[in-house]
Amino acid sequence: MTQTLSTLGLDAPEASALSEAQLLDVYRTMRLIRAFEDRVHKEFATGDIPGFVHLYAGEEASATGVCAHLDQDRDTIASNHRGHGHCIAKGVDIKPMMAEIFGKSTGSCRGKGGSMHIADLSKGMLGANGIVGAGPPLICGTALAAKIKGDGGVGVAFFGDGASNQGTTMEALNLASVWNLPAVFVAENNGYAEATASTWSVSAGNIADRAAGFGMPGVIVDGFDVFAVYEAAGEAIRRAREGGGPTLLEVKFTRYYGHFEGDQQTYRGKDEVPNAKENLDCLKRFRQRVTESGRLTDAQLDEVDAQVAQLIEEAVTEAKAAPVPGPEDLLTDVYVKY
Amino acid sequence: MATRKISYREAINEALAQEMERDSTVIIMGEDVAGGAGGQGKDDAWGGVLGVTKGLYGKFPGRVLDTPITESAFIGAAVGAATRGLRPVAELMFIDFVGVCLDQIMNQAAKFRYMFGGKAVTPVTIRAMYGAGLRAAPQHSQALYPLFTHIPGLKVVVPSSPYEAKGLLAQSIRDNDPVIFFEHKAMYDVTGEVPEESYTIPFGAANVVREGDDVTVVAIGRMVSVAEDAAKELEGSGISIEIIDPRTVSPLDLDTILESVKNTGRLVVVDEASPRCNIATDISAQVVSEAFGDLKAPVKMVSPPHVPVPFAASLEDLYIPSAQDIVNAVKTVTEWSK
Repeated sequence: MTQTLSTLGLDAPEASALSEAQLLDVYRTMRLIRAFEDRVHKEFATGDIPGFVHLYAGEEASATGVCAHLDQDRDTIASNHRGHGHCIAKGVDIKPMMAEIFGKSTGSCRGKGGSMHIADLSKGMLGANGIVGAGPPLICGTALAAKIKGDGGVGVAFFGDGASNQGTTMEALNLASVWNLPAVFVAENNGYAEATASTWSVSAGNIADRAAGFGMPGVIVDGFDVFAVYEAAGEAIRRAREGGGPTLLEVKFTRYYGHFEGDQQTYRGKDEVPNAKENLDCLKRFRQRVTESGRLTDAQLDEVDAQVAQLIEEAVTEAKAAPVPGPEDLLTDVYVKY
Repeated sequence: MATRKISYREAINEALAQEMERDSTVIIMGEDVAGGAGGQGKDDAWGGVLGVTKGLYGKFPGRVLDTPITESAFIGAAVGAATRGLRPVAELMFIDFVGVCLDQIMNQAAKFRYMFGGKAVTPVTIRAMYGAGLRAAPQHSQALYPLFTHIPGLKVVVPSSPYEAKGLLAQSIRDNDPVIFFEHKAMYDVTGEVPEESYTIPFGAANVVREGDDVTVVAIGRMVSVAEDAAKELEGSGISIEIIDPRTVSPLDLDTILESVKNTGRLVVVDEASPRCNIATDISAQVVSEAFGDLKAPVKMVSPPHVPVPFAASLEDLYIPSAQDIVNAVKTVTEWSK
């Protein structure tokens, strides 16, 4: 039976256990992702950013709520083309991220990967990925490694509603179940796979309904509520760590921008995004809940906003000033040794 | 080194066992590599569909993993696990099955190091059966090493004998880049002298199997044996051929081939892979480009016709390049004049 977790707010057992410092951290992560994405959106429009960019604005609660439970050294995540949020939530430095997006040699991938391939393996971030559905099998591997090493590590695969239909994803769910891997599969259902609505493309009523078919628990989570995500992810990750096998979470929300930057989004209803921004926004809701319950003050949150704005400004300035990779970089690092 | 006569199959099994003994991070996974998961009989009933991995399941508990028939998941898992400190040796039962997991090899494993700016190490080995001769029909008889040779970031190994198989597989496993290791299915019972101890054969170092002065014959995999048969017959006609086994088609030791062509002035390349864009075309083009002045005749390529591998024995025997085909090609280049 698919479980549904929504609008639990601060009363949820896991969430109410968050300390002030942890709450600020959660807010900071979400704010950092939002500010990063909004700024990349602006910069992309000027033409300074090469290639394709896919923004995570609106979805912050998912990456944040899940990664809050993960360790840098023993836990891994795999992401997709919409990977900036996952990177930031996993602790990848934003200055190299910004430089990478601008195609500079100071980027996390030395300018050789770009937005869709930002990675930091030292932080267990297996990379944003340009192939839909590529993450889940990779996470079966990292989870297998953690199981064999016995370090209690967990692998989390973030993928979209589009990827949820991909054969690779289905195979990975089956394998994770059959091998009893410490894995969590997070289907981020933002309503669209490119221009196609998930209500049309996903044959099951909910992605999470498929979990039973793969021998694991399935949970639907309100993706605009970071506490609901935190709660559901906490249970799934704990289950995985303790040898209880994988879980499929379906986080439901919406993306504020298009599939890619430049997407006119004429496939969407006109009120959808304004409504979400006004009534559902994860940052707004967070602020409302923590201030109403007296856990944090507006001043504390405003301070975070200011710090984040400063950091983003620095990141963009430095990225723009950084050098592009030179001819000497073209042929390097194809192999460890050829 | 003390040698004794063992089969190609036994040599591969021995390489796996010795590497697993030497390095606890080496694991094996694939369909029926133990062969018996979940059944009422033995857990390792098969040891691989043709018995290549027999005995390893018992010798290395927890390190020989059967998989469901889900190539994209377990090949992807092997790749993911390789980024986390394991040295997986995944078996793709027949290279013909690569169609269902090509992404994991082509877009993931092959590209991690470069697109992550030199920060990824992916020491995965993928073993696969290839080749015609067992009447296995079109979907189980291809020689697809050209496909992988084409992709930067992969290494491609094609052993021609039991001695080559053991040394090259040990090297493949120790190598820190993704390696595709091709085992000819019709050679498993072929025997040859193989040292008892562990040894490696370096990549990118061709073997001059037989010295000769009249024609350089480069042969891939099982075609080396066929070339040796042709050599004996040609001896009778007073023609001496120099047989070169590249061992690895990526990296390719072009220098050894060029050195030989400088001496003989004539080149024949024997490749059982389908003729368009196979290794024969690649080597021929490179040699003509680099050593046009050394050539006294056009380069001849001995490959099958551009057809799927037929089932009927009468047709398959026509399909596979024969010793006679090689003899004819050699005579064409020795008899050639403007």
